[in-house]
Amino acid sequence: MEETREHLKQMISVAGLSGHEAPIHALLESAWQPLTDEQHTSRLGSLHALKRGRAKAPRNSLAIVTHMDAIGLMVKDVDAAGLLHLEAIGGIDARVLPGQLVTLHARGGDLPGVIVIPPAHALPEDQSSGVPSLAHLRVDTGLRPAQARRAVQVGDLISFATLPQELDGDLLVGHSLDNRACVAVLTETLRLLQTRTHAWDVWAVATVQEEITLFGALTSGYALRPTLAVVIDVTFAKSPGAPAHKAFEMNKGPALDWGPNTHPRLYKEVENLARRLEIPIQPSVYAQSSGTDAILLQVAAEGIPTAILSIPLRYMHTPVEIIHTKDIERAARLLAEFISGLDDAFMEKLRLDTPGEGEAS
Amino acid sequence: MAIRKKSAWKAPRLGAPELNLLERLSNASAVSGNEEAVRRIVLAEIKGLTDDVRVDALGNVLAVKHGRGSALPRVMLAAHMDEVGLMLTADDGDGIFRFELVGGLDERTLAGKPVWVGEKQHPGIIGAKPIHLTTAGERSNALTADALRIDLGPASAKKAKPGDWATFATRFARLGPSLRGKALDDRIGVATLIAILRHPPPNIDLLAAFTVQEEIGLRGARVAAYALKPDLAIALDCTPAMDLPVSDGRENTLYRSRLDGGPAIYVADGGTLADPRLVAHFRAVAETYAIPHQMRQPGGGQTDAGAIHKAGAGVPSLSISVPGRYLHTPAAIVRFDDWKNTLALVHAALGHIDRDTLKGAR
Amino acid sequence: MKDIIRQLVEAIGPSGYEGEVRALVQKMLKGHVDSMKVDALGNLIARKGKKGVDGLTIMLSAHLDEIGIIATHIDDNGFVRFTSIGGVLPRNTAGGRVRFLKTGQVGVIGLEAHKNTSSVPGLDKMYIDLGASRRAGVKVSVGDVAAFDRPFEDLGGRLVAKAMDDRIGVAILVEVMKGLKATPHEVVGVFSTQEEVGIRGATTAAYGVDPDLGIALDVTLTGDTPNADTMAVALGNGPAIKVKDSGMISDPRVVAWMEAGARKARLPFQREVLSGGTTDARSIQMARAGVPVGCLSIPCRYVHSPSEMVDYGDVQNSVKLLLALLARPVKLGGR
Repeated sequence: MEETREHLKQMISVAGLSGHEAPIHALLESAWQPLTDEQHTSRLGSLHALKRGRAKAPRNSLAIVTHMDAIGLMVKDVDAAGLLHLEAIGGIDARVLPGQLVTLHARGGDLPGVIVIPPAHALPEDQSSGVPSLAHLRVDTGLRPAQARRAVQVGDLISFATLPQELDGDLLVGHSLDNRACVAVLTETLRLLQTRTHAWDVWAVATVQEEITLFGALTSGYALRPTLAVVIDVTFAKSPGAPAHKAFEMNKGPALDWGPNTHPRLYKEVENLARRLEIPIQPSVYAQSSGTDAILLQVAAEGIPTAILSIPLRYMHTPVEIIHTKDIERAARLLAEFISGLDDAFMEKLRLDTPGEGEAS
Repeated sequence: MAIRKKSAWKAPRLGAPELNLLERLSNASAVSGNEEAVRRIVLAEIKGLTDDVRVDALGNVLAVKHGRGSALPRVMLAAHMDEVGLMLTADDGDGIFRFELVGGLDERTLAGKPVWVGEKQHPGIIGAKPIHLTTAGERSNALTADALRIDLGPASAKKAKPGDWATFATRFARLGPSLRGKALDDRIGVATLIAILRHPPPNIDLLAAFTVQEEIGLRGARVAAYALKPDLAIALDCTPAMDLPVSDGRENTLYRSRLDGGPAIYVADGGTLADPRLVAHFRAVAETYAIPHQMRQPGGGQTDAGAIHKAGAGVPSLSISVPGRYLHTPAAIVRFDDWKNTLALVHAALGHIDRDTLKGAR
Repeated sequence: MKDIIRQLVEAIGPSGYEGEVRALVQKMLKGHVDSMKVDALGNLIARKGKKGVDGLTIMLSAHLDEIGIIATHIDDNGFVRFTSIGGVLPRNTAGGRVRFLKTGQVGVIGLEAHKNTSSVPGLDKMYIDLGASRRAGVKVSVGDVAAFDRPFEDLGGRLVAKAMDDRIGVAILVEVMKGLKATPHEVVGVFSTQEEVGIRGATTAAYGVDPDLGIALDVTLTGDTPNADTMAVALGNGPAIKVKDSGMISDPRVVAWMEAGARKARLPFQREVLSGGTTDARSIQMARAGVPVGCLSIPCRYVHSPSEMVDYGDVQNSVKLLLALLARPVKLGGR
């Protein structure tokens, strides 16, 4: 696990905004290379790594799907003063932005910058009190106007520059823990599988574009056609401002999500397994949409039975997200056990045309 | 378009057994995401009627009934099993639960209603603050789901849990020429599709899809159409009839559909521009056999066709709906005759489908 | 090329009813492509060239359809109530004229009297006046479709018409398919349907064509008019190479390939980040196992009004850029 913690700190130190995941893709490709039998890249840039099972071919397969992309900003225009106008990549509350240190990824290399609020007299009247909307915030690179205009072009990417920070009690702070903490779960799972046997093929999948279009999960689902899928994403941890009934305790295990993107029988199987192994999990419900890759993964091609594990995380979509690393460990152990237990008969348990456990026939 | 009339068309009958089935379907609780209760009824009803039946990864029931002959047109008929409803999302203790809406349920209709919780339909109520304790300002704001709770009573605190679904506790009833139920959208389509499977037209391969998750984005139909790969598709649904008189006496120009107008044929809704060749085919069949019908007013709303027509390399699609008032509230109302005419039109139109139906330019 | 543009913009084809425009394109392409077919949703799919050893199947997509209206009710006095097909902006609507598809009948869009003149009433407060005085005799029925009616104007360097979105893309694609000589690629020109109602035609076309690379040709907004929202795109500065819009992020390798092609051919171009709107490229990207996509945008003022304006130089440079790109093998660099 110590190894995985360092791996995670590396992951949250590289960029990889939605649609531009190359840096995190490269890091993962080398991290998974010794842990899997084959690696491929999808046409949209998702990483598919296969760890072969022991059963006779053709084998069933389980895909573990985590998105590797991160939210951030993009240059929309460079004005006469050399200040950068911004477009959001993914959902960002403009109220957390002023004063943030950022990294601008320009043609000639990375440049530091800071997000600023123009002075009141420079703002339209309706924007001059409180925090202005994103359209009125700027990034100042410190360069002179002509330099900035030479160095920066429309469409350049901007990521948060917050450095990883460990806190007492196994807490880790950083940007992009959504969803790199869950990629760490997957890496740790692959590590655990090195010393176990499993009948099914396992696809480790790091998807692109979750924060924008979910197309990574959709197209990888289509390409791989796994028999089953487990999506790992983050969920809200209890913290000031988070409504208590929608938030989960940190260090009480991953949440297991229940709702329409979840295959009900697969949920039960994972839940029962966690109970048997005495791995704590926290039941989580969503009425309509899980807000994860499962939304489109579930409906790829002819449909894929999907379960969703979530890691509780504080202050989501800010540059100071917090997770508890024990939750990563627990989720990985649960997944590894689940994978080891998959056999030929497993799919019979998921049939929706026979009564399930405890249901009337 | 000329339809060669085959004497008087013999449409399947709608009698006591069919009404009984619709009643069971409408009373069952099957909110989007958990269609188990309706799926069970459907599987039992169509047992032995088709050449193949399976339940897919999302829970759609896909049944195939081959016609007589080879290379017949593959015609998908879709009706959704799910209904709008509620999900319990948090346990406030003492049998009080927070909940959220599933699908486009009319939030204004929540307060002060009995509900059924879970598949076993445990009774509960959605309360509201006594009027004595509210201010005038408070009362001018709608009571939204956020401010309301489902109450099962302290002794039943363990009878439900977050993740359980709930529906309004409205029992099916006949109201003169009308039928009333909580989930006629779209159990009436489900019942229509079962009736057609009992009398399958021999000139087509019938691909019946009883779909899930229509009310939260046509999600079941999407994978069903992908799997079935039809040549053309018809969605059977229930469409709003907003045909009530306008308060100031002006003409109602935004009725969408009207009760007693017969089956509503779609040209355009929020999700689909119906294939004009199929629109023309259904209109021609209706006129040939003098089946009452109406054009649904183009506008918003969606049916499974919205997902089906975009599946794979595309599927010419059409929607046909029974008009219904007060959909997505505790009690929808439809006319029995509109249902009868819908079944007659769909059955006759299917009976006249051949390889030439889609021959003209779109 | 102006004559082709004029013919295309003056044809009418709201979403779902693209037949007239499609027939026109079929006529224009006859003898210039290897094959043409129409798919289940009405997309016209024209192919030219064979996929060689270092070639790809490249899908170019321009949408045939335009925004329009559809009749919802004919009232007792013969006024036609209507709703929109696609993103019709009420502020651009009243006082305009529409032409119905089947009958060619022309009507004027009227507005009910309203007290608050600072707000724009919705389409439900508007009606079409066909010059009739009662319901009987009105030839329009519920579900009939009409398009906005406005002639093409050539202002010299700038061209104005209704439906420039996206007939200008169609015109460019017609010219590219005709002008394409030796190419290592199988070039598939898709004239797509139903873009304005949610990119439906391109969704099924992309599934059917299953391309290795996709490029949409569509209009984009500009930031070069008085008090416009910030946008670094202007008429006359060259075709815009899209980096991002609100529904799609271009594959960075495709962006780099297009930029390099423009530089090599010494053609002007601008980089585009669009805050609102998206194109056929979104649907191509999500097809099957995913497709690398980009979008070549034609800067256009007053989009979704009956007077959409483009720069003729941008249009001609778009054709030149595409022909230059398609003439050589595509080498997508690293991500």
